[in-house]
Amino acid sequence: MINKLMIANRGEIAVRIICTCKKLNIRTVSVYSEADKYAPHVEMADESYLIGPPRVQESYLNAEKIIEIAKETKADAIHPGYGFLSENAGFAEQCEQAGLVFIGPKSSVIQKMGSKIEARRAMQTAGVPVVPGTDGAVATAEDAASYASQIGYPVMVKASAGGGGIGMQVVQTEAELKEAFVNNTKRAQSLFGDGAMFMEKKIENARHIEVQVLADHHGNVVHLFERECSIQRRNQKVIEEAPSPFISEETRQEMGEKAVQAAKALAYTNAGTIEFLVDEQENFYFLEMNTRIQVEHPITEEITGVDIVEKQLEIASGKPLQLSQDELFINGHAIEARIYAEDPKTFFPSPGHIDVFQPPEGEYIRNEVAVRSNYDVTPFYDPMIAKLVVHGKSREVAISLLKQALEQYKVTGIKTNIPMLLRVVEHEQFQAGNTTTSFLELYHG
Amino acid sequence: MEVKATMAGSVWKMTVAQGDSVEEGQDVVILESMKMEIPIAAEQSGTVKEFKVQEGDFVNEGDVIAVIE
Repeated sequence: MINKLMIANRGEIAVRIICTCKKLNIRTVSVYSEADKYAPHVEMADESYLIGPPRVQESYLNAEKIIEIAKETKADAIHPGYGFLSENAGFAEQCEQAGLVFIGPKSSVIQKMGSKIEARRAMQTAGVPVVPGTDGAVATAEDAASYASQIGYPVMVKASAGGGGIGMQVVQTEAELKEAFVNNTKRAQSLFGDGAMFMEKKIENARHIEVQVLADHHGNVVHLFERECSIQRRNQKVIEEAPSPFISEETRQEMGEKAVQAAKALAYTNAGTIEFLVDEQENFYFLEMNTRIQVEHPITEEITGVDIVEKQLEIASGKPLQLSQDELFINGHAIEARIYAEDPKTFFPSPGHIDVFQPPEGEYIRNEVAVRSNYDVTPFYDPMIAKLVVHGKSREVAISLLKQALEQYKVTGIKTNIPMLLRVVEHEQFQAGNTTTSFLELYHG
Repeated sequence: MEVKATMAGSVWKMTVAQGDSVEEGQDVVILESMKMEIPIAAEQSGTVKEFKVQEGDFVNEGDVIAVIE
């Protein structure tokens, strides 16, 4: 039983977790850096503690300090949110050793899925299709060139420890390959302490579609259908929707079954997401597994009516899922647009002082917010300042609601990507459901 | 000629050293802001006379990073 929860995160996800805790009558402890002294999550939590300077290494990534505060405040559990320590197997293990419940899977599972090479192997063993690629790490640029010539260009070079597009590059020709391999190896070594690289065939005109799973400690696993997350910039998602406008009911069912199969094979527990690349013929291939709650979880919550944070807390408390697959169904269509503090044309960051922040309101609108009027957005963290979620009876209705909501959104003092989001939503190809990962490259003028 | 920060951020890496010759458009430093790396380039060719920052320093938009002669 969790009576008091420490939230080792910031921004809208910290606020989101606190909201569910209030509903469940769980007391909350938040931590904050000097840059986040006035952040909403600090005010909302029952107790809040300063952990250090703005830089993440000295604050939100300071595992020892976070665990120390959790113990001092007598918290029972730690929710890591997403990013920061959420997929850090060492942190999960430290929590386990300190007698704190880590809201997520076991550290050994995080570790396995954190290595893209190991994750590929585990999925192959579980009978989940993976993108054609190397069996393990590629040692040299020469070996990489030799493999690429066998499978044909374009190929992807990828850091085994990478994430969020870092350490990953599409390579079109042999001439580009050596430099790409060497640079990404160095980068992965410096950022992740692991320079292992592997290669995959580039799936052309791919869509990024992922399946949300929930798994308890009693062997029950369900999926909450899929999210289509193809609209991306710099390999980071911008607009997500559920369900996917592309896949057939048959593919939906098959992807869901494979995701459950994968979770069972891993003895996975808590909420997790299996990400797939889907080609034009609806063939799907495992891309990676996120062993945490995801930014875009609200769209799944909207179409299924399941509070995923609540389920995470129940699972971590040892309760059985109390959800069976045949009770779950898709209700309407939800779309999430991420509001970033950035230039809508160049995608360059735009930190600064927000004078006015006025998100749209309405029955079918949900705002997940980390800022307010008269508030400083600092350059230390991710540029996402809010998420706008709409839920309609159909995709057409949801698009219309999103367009209206974006038009009503008012942020002054900093630049935001709202004009770009509007251009996407108004684009005929988006409206037609033609949302491949190349969408912004193709249509963003 | 001053090279100024185009936005607030941390100096992630200096790509040239004091005394180096640089061409117009050549990157002088790389700033890190909101988890993105932003190269800051020299607006004219010359020699780097002085750096006003060190790696890890935090700069605001408009702060002078380097002086080029």
